[in-house]
Amino acid sequence: MTELIVILVGTVLVNNFVLVRFLGLCPFMGVSRNLEAAAGMSLATAFVLTLSSATAYLLHRYVLVPLELEYLRTISFILVIAASVQFTEIMVRRLSPLLNQVLGIYIPLIATNCAVLGVALLNVQQSNGFVQSVFFGFGAAAGFALVLVMFATIRERLEVADIPAPFRGTAIALMTAGIMSLAFMGFSGMARP
Amino acid sequence: MSAPTYDLGKLHGGLRLDANKQIATSEPLQSIPIPAQLVLPITQHAGDAAQPIVGIGERVLKGQLIAEPDSSMGAPVHASSSGKIVAIEPWPVSRRYGDNAPCIVIECDGKDKAIAPAEALPAFDSMPPEVLETLILQGGIVGLGGAVFPTAQKLMQASTCKLDYLILNGVECEPYISCDDMLMRERAREVLVGGQILLHALELDICYIAIESDKPAAIHRIGEVLQELNDERLVLKQVPSIYPSGGEDQLVQLVTNLEVPSGGLPTDVGCLVQNVGTAAAIYDWIVHHEPLISRITTVSGDGIAQPMNVMARLGTTVADIVNFVGGYTEIAEQMIIGGPMTGKSVSTDRVPVVKATNCILVLSKTPAISDEMPCIRCGECADVCPIQLLPQQLFWYACADDEAKLRSYGLTDCIECGCCDLVCPSHIPLTYDFRMAKARIRELADEKARAVRARMRFEARNERLDKQQNERDEQLAQQKEAAKTAGPAAIAEILKRKKKQLDEDE
Amino acid sequence: MSVDMWTAVLTISVIALLAGLALSLASKMLPADSGELVEQVNELLPQTQCAQCGYPGCRPYAQAIVAGDAAINLCPPGGEDTIRRLAAKLGTDSLPLAEPPALARAVAIIDETVCIGCTHCRAACPVDAIVGAHQLMHTIIEAECTGCELCIAPCPVDCISMRSLP
Repeated sequence: MTELIVILVGTVLVNNFVLVRFLGLCPFMGVSRNLEAAAGMSLATAFVLTLSSATAYLLHRYVLVPLELEYLRTISFILVIAASVQFTEIMVRRLSPLLNQVLGIYIPLIATNCAVLGVALLNVQQSNGFVQSVFFGFGAAAGFALVLVMFATIRERLEVADIPAPFRGTAIALMTAGIMSLAFMGFSGMARP
Repeated sequence: MSAPTYDLGKLHGGLRLDANKQIATSEPLQSIPIPAQLVLPITQHAGDAAQPIVGIGERVLKGQLIAEPDSSMGAPVHASSSGKIVAIEPWPVSRRYGDNAPCIVIECDGKDKAIAPAEALPAFDSMPPEVLETLILQGGIVGLGGAVFPTAQKLMQASTCKLDYLILNGVECEPYISCDDMLMRERAREVLVGGQILLHALELDICYIAIESDKPAAIHRIGEVLQELNDERLVLKQVPSIYPSGGEDQLVQLVTNLEVPSGGLPTDVGCLVQNVGTAAAIYDWIVHHEPLISRITTVSGDGIAQPMNVMARLGTTVADIVNFVGGYTEIAEQMIIGGPMTGKSVSTDRVPVVKATNCILVLSKTPAISDEMPCIRCGECADVCPIQLLPQQLFWYACADDEAKLRSYGLTDCIECGCCDLVCPSHIPLTYDFRMAKARIRELADEKARAVRARMRFEARNERLDKQQNERDEQLAQQKEAAKTAGPAAIAEILKRKKKQLDEDE
Repeated sequence: MSVDMWTAVLTISVIALLAGLALSLASKMLPADSGELVEQVNELLPQTQCAQCGYPGCRPYAQAIVAGDAAINLCPPGGEDTIRRLAAKLGTDSLPLAEPPALARAVAIIDETVCIGCTHCRAACPVDAIVGAHQLMHTIIEAECTGCELCIAPCPVDCISMRSLP
């Protein structure tokens, strides 16, 4: 039990995938313009992460390892992730066409989100069991969602603030991301990665 | 003396301001004599304009009806003294942007002859509530706290809700204004009996009289009369002197600890608030049959030689009143009708005293206000907002013209009290910005409503055209059907006739 | 070729096949979108049905926007506000108005001394704001007029003009 909580705290705060490991930066910068889009994106990514990390673990443990095909890890994980993403896209299109329109190209790009592939590969690297893998994936998703939503709310306020002309738009967003990363450094040392 | 109770709710924010009331309350109340001319705007209430029912040259008596409302949201206007109508024309009035408004001008004959009442009025507690409400409407009674909402309509709306408390508002939290203070000192009995009339009209059992703690004389006098009346339904409550505790929603929260919902009314939480002046006016009308034709007004500020409270007939111009109290001082620079926080600036003293005029404030030049500086996000404004809004965020979204965000941050709940404006270290004119933003929101809401209506009409028109087309198609199809069968038969008929003709010819 | 290589190829093929099957199943079972987005975009447009955007009404324009065929800055009656709201809704950037309107908010008015009662303008009005019968006087209901100017062209005697509101 403690181990699972440590995994959660570790992935959400201490080794946050976006602000500490710097994985998954493309939706972080691209979808954080407004809060609804960010929330939608977080949900979609969380769904993909949890589904694909579980499936990847099962695939690795029960197919690749017995058949001694570990060298096919990367390509088979990518297949699984791509399939999950496609499934998610179908779901989003059905449930919320507006979200589909707003997120646009970023939904299929979840397939190349290095955080998603990173979770799957890290699970193997750290030799996590099934439950740990799921918690790891879920924690990664929660950390991603937390940071994405925080950044979106800050960007919404930046939109209307009185920013000097050279800094408006992407410049101030990147500076904000840097400051957020600084803040998250305060968590380091709390839990082992 | 009836002991005031102290169990109060909590009010967020607000400011303790320098009251500056003693400069006017140290003088006794005086009555302004009949002026040479009375200028009565025909609309002295919130709602639709009333229409004059008298003509130029007509002689009127004091208390005679001279303007009647032609819709359900209005109040009548009565002549404040006897005389002759000399004009019905636009005149400067103390509206927000200094417009002229149509006014009935009466040249007073000095006799002040009152109109005789139609029949003697029965005692108020023998009249059923609906009759009382209609009677109150006829007296021209409106809310004398400043909003001048027609009182009868307010009571009628209130009787449709479940009510628990009546609250008489004697708080008068704005600096300089002391007209309600003097009213309670000099006419406490009229105020309290007016409260009893309201209790009867609303069929309620509890009436709280709320007075600020910086009015000890008024509290004392009200307490004395409460003891004389010995009516346990009337309870005195003392509230702390914080601005704007006299606002309707704020007072309800202070006295009963119930929060009026956003966009709602005090009747939603079972309370009805009336100004003490309104209560006294109701008494005058219901018991003595004198309609609302005069009110107490504070004349104050360092631009007035002898500040005091005066009882003035409605329609007396500010110039006449200032003359009576000794004129202006040398340092007089600006005139405000109302208080320093929520009053309206006027540029001429020809404006008349109307039902809403609680104070005439003449001030010397205020120290130069610095130019507006950028917002430093200090958050002082949020600390003082009595509605617990976030003026800082509202300011940013007002600058960005973001209607959706302004609504979600509660701009429509802003009471424009001016607290945030006063504390802002960057001197940002927040109250003005919010007023502009509210107007913009209203404009956008209007446009949206128009768009919805246009779409409805467009879709209805398309339906109609489709229906017409379908009917035409059906008719055509029917005709074709008929033609199919009718055709050969008709041709056969023609051939037969032709043959018969040919046979006959042969 | 060794067995290992075949196992590897087979495993990947099986995974891909399974994934493909699952996706095609999902795609069949879950129907496509409901057109809700078009409705939401249509709500943001001013409903003047004036066709100044090039589409025969506001709904067709909304459909074109959602399909990606039309830019969001083609609506003059909507003005900058509508463009901003569309951009916010769709998560794209705001654009300047393609062609600014001639008058801010205008309504049409019929010159009654010239009108011949031909009913051509009545048929042209997309919101039925013109009242009148054949050979009888026509008039425009000012409250319902959206200022779309579609009635001006059909009038054979040119008796309709636009008047801007204060």
